[in-house]
Amino acid sequence: MLNIPLKDYFRETRIFNNRVIIVAVIIAVLSLLLVVRLVWLQIFSHRHYETLSQANRIRPIPIPPPRGLILDRNGVVLAQNYPVYTLEVVPEQVDDMNTLLEQLGELVQLTETDLKSFRKQLKERPRFEALTLRANLTDEEAARVAVKRPYLYGVEVQARLQRHYPLGGLGVHAIGYVGRISEADLERLDKAAYRGMRHVGRLGLEATYEKELLGRVGFEKMETNAHGRALRALERVAPVAGKNLQLHLDAKLQAVAEHALGKRRGAVVAIEPATGAVLAFVSTPTYDPNPFVNGIDPDTYRGLLDDPDKPLINRAINGQYAPGSTIKAFMGLAALETDKIDVTKPVACGGAYNLPGSSHQFRDWKKGGHGAVTLRDAIAQSCDVYFYKLAVAMQIDAMKTFLAPFGFGKRTGIDLPAESEGILPSPAWKEARGLKWLPGETVITGIGQGPILVTPTQLASAMSALANHGTRLRPTMVRALADPATGHSRELKAPAYPALPLKDKSHLGTVIEYLTDVAHSPRGTAYGIGHNAPYRIAGKTGTAQVKGIAQGAKYSEHATPERFRDHALFISFAPVENPQVAVAVIVENGGHGSSAAAPIARKVMDYVILAKNLPVATPAATENTE
Amino acid sequence: MLERLHLDRNLFYALALLAFLSLVVVYSASARDNAVALGHIGRLALGFAILVVVAQVRPENLERWSPYVFGAALIVLALVLVIGTSAKGAARWLNLGFVRFQPSELMKLALPMMLAWFFARDGLPPRYTRLGIAFLLIAVPTALIIKQPDLGTALLVLGTGFLLMFLAGMSWRIIVPIGLLLAAAAPIAWGFMHDYQRNRVLTLFDPEADPLGTGYHTIQSMIAVGSGGIYGKGWLNSSQAHLEYLPESSTDFIFAVFSEEFGLLGSLLLVGLYIFIIVRGMMIAFLAQSTYNRLLAGGLSLSFFLHVFVNMGMVTGILPIVGIPLPILSYGGTSIVTLMAAFGILMSIQTHRKIVEY
Repeated sequence: MLNIPLKDYFRETRIFNNRVIIVAVIIAVLSLLLVVRLVWLQIFSHRHYETLSQANRIRPIPIPPPRGLILDRNGVVLAQNYPVYTLEVVPEQVDDMNTLLEQLGELVQLTETDLKSFRKQLKERPRFEALTLRANLTDEEAARVAVKRPYLYGVEVQARLQRHYPLGGLGVHAIGYVGRISEADLERLDKAAYRGMRHVGRLGLEATYEKELLGRVGFEKMETNAHGRALRALERVAPVAGKNLQLHLDAKLQAVAEHALGKRRGAVVAIEPATGAVLAFVSTPTYDPNPFVNGIDPDTYRGLLDDPDKPLINRAINGQYAPGSTIKAFMGLAALETDKIDVTKPVACGGAYNLPGSSHQFRDWKKGGHGAVTLRDAIAQSCDVYFYKLAVAMQIDAMKTFLAPFGFGKRTGIDLPAESEGILPSPAWKEARGLKWLPGETVITGIGQGPILVTPTQLASAMSALANHGTRLRPTMVRALADPATGHSRELKAPAYPALPLKDKSHLGTVIEYLTDVAHSPRGTAYGIGHNAPYRIAGKTGTAQVKGIAQGAKYSEHATPERFRDHALFISFAPVENPQVAVAVIVENGGHGSSAAAPIARKVMDYVILAKNLPVATPAATENTE
Repeated sequence: MLERLHLDRNLFYALALLAFLSLVVVYSASARDNAVALGHIGRLALGFAILVVVAQVRPENLERWSPYVFGAALIVLALVLVIGTSAKGAARWLNLGFVRFQPSELMKLALPMMLAWFFARDGLPPRYTRLGIAFLLIAVPTALIIKQPDLGTALLVLGTGFLLMFLAGMSWRIIVPIGLLLAAAAPIAWGFMHDYQRNRVLTLFDPEADPLGTGYHTIQSMIAVGSGGIYGKGWLNSSQAHLEYLPESSTDFIFAVFSEEFGLLGSLLLVGLYIFIIVRGMMIAFLAQSTYNRLLAGGLSLSFFLHVFVNMGMVTGILPIVGIPLPILSYGGTSIVTLMAAFGILMSIQTHRKIVEY
């Protein structure tokens, strides 16, 4: 049976037995420690713990702190707490739950959802804890229960604070919402810090700044009778309210931008270049966050999920679009910086470009071409051929190296959760996915098509770098955290990213001059919004193709179904001399950047620069919030 | 009769007494809930049935199956991360339709089997390369369990693995540096811990600091034990459990209820009973005739001790609170099944010895 040599067998036995003896000693020591501890607790400290046990009529009851408010830059309340009556039941005090629920059903309206959620809590929570049966009782319902309460053992009507978003869907993608704490949350959260609390930040700023908004739970030591029922409060440690978030966001500007987008799908991000402050952060369609607070009913939620316009998607940070011609604002600077082409010489644009030795035609948006164009003309008129040639001269790796410092292909670091990265492609990036980089992809990357993808926030942030002398600050929603008790507030400063590595800083001024032509030269693609502006705008239009157009075929807006129409983009900053705002606008399937996106940016810039006090849009007044 | 069934008399009677005490205290802790008591009887019965079945399997067969059992346990452990259903947030359970089971419990058996098999392939003490492989065999399931996340069970699996390596004769030249390394790594681990995990450790030193949060459980548990005194408050008289001051009174904190009701005399009897079982297990290991049998018997007995000590340490406030039930005494499903299977293995090793060799 033993197929190992006898000598080894004895050696092994010796080793094993030695180890067993050591282990036995350790077990003996630890057991002794345990026995000593038991003797200490049960004999020497018995008196002490006996007293504590007798006095254990005192139960700490948590008092949840009020959650911090969210305010816009002018103090307009975006998220607040308001008292509601909730109907609560303590299961251990109830003799017959079904009868009780029937009785309560006659006093207040209980939906199937209420009952389902209650039964779920019944299974998960301790039996001595008060469980919410219904929130938002009307005064009448609260009164009806209060009258019958002496006969309803275990039922309580409590005034609790509930999160409310007074402006409804306005800025919902920035603010986010809170939701009921779930089982999964409990595993992740510090249970002690959330004692007595029912909600936690789920999305947007409510999630990012959860720690600051939360506050600290207080407690009240309640004396109880022998059955554990509360008799009177002995000691109270007050809760500490959460910090208020003061945003850079301007609710009026937000309303202006949302209104300007109207029923279309799209996004607007406005940033103050010198500070990184996010002044407006729009993604449309919006939706009302209030139903999410106490658990949205499945039908409404399905409706939002199945809506073809996908309102739940945060297009401003998660919408990833081809930048189209807006990339030329940055490629224009690249043309000045690189020694691969001579910007002093005009380039012939015949309406199409061929790679050497290929018959594939890369077309210009303008049939017949722009003739001989300088860089200045190429930017103002958005000539594609110029930039095809620039891209081929530079090659993709140099383009990537140049564009990366603008923040493309990386999260901007805005203080919102789950931002998308976009894609700044390169041959290495494609090879990592098992694909080969095609020469044609270099060509179309020059005009912002192909694999390159950006988010609206990235575009606005990149534009702010041009406006702010080459230094980009991290986009930041929150200006300060204010302590409501002391009134003391702590300012949050946005950190700066490394400055653009430019060989010649004067190139920045040059490209801004060319971008100003876009809006102010009669041949500029955004002349429509620039010619009557009382300040000077630097901008770039863009039209991003959604559907490929066959060689030789012609794109016609009217003949194309809406979902396949081009996305319209516009990026800009103004005033050119002293930039106050950088804006990125995208209108999904909106057609041309000049006609669909630029006017929206103009409205945003007008508001910021001219302080046009447009009427405050209440949720009912804006079309999208409902 | 017991011998014919390949059962070890000493171990069997000790386990039966423990099961009886378990019923007594679970009934009290659940506030005389008949349904809970009946469920508990059912689980204990199932546990003993499994014990009897496992005891019939010859250790040679167990040895042969060890790698497959380990492989299967690893697969279900990985599976639970993908399709596990969660109880209280963590994905620890695998729903088989008719029964839900916890793969990390299976690993508590499979890992000692695998390591014992692995070390028995070669002479003791194990060479460095083999120790390296053994370390991997421990690290993979530990990592999977941490991911669930179930830190308590992961630490127990890790501890069991190291104890087995120790029994196998791992050189002190490795044990000492690893010990020092662990001591040095503690501050780093601290950095990786969740806030709630840190709080559990901190409250150990000063339970009064957070009377509402983590410290609350420790304080209430110590009140229960301390107020029991020498003779205890008597059966069904645990005010700490009945007034719901004690959390998880039927599972993790059952020892507090037991100590409150039966006092120091009761708790010493219980500790003594556990020590008796562990000593008997170590004796079986001592008497076993093959390397595999020895290592497995020793490893399973030590793992049992580790469970008991961690739970009792937590209840009496000398260890931080980790969600580990007290073996056999606590109310709970899968853990009784694996425990009884482990004792079945011990009995099989003891009763299948060859009295005469050659």
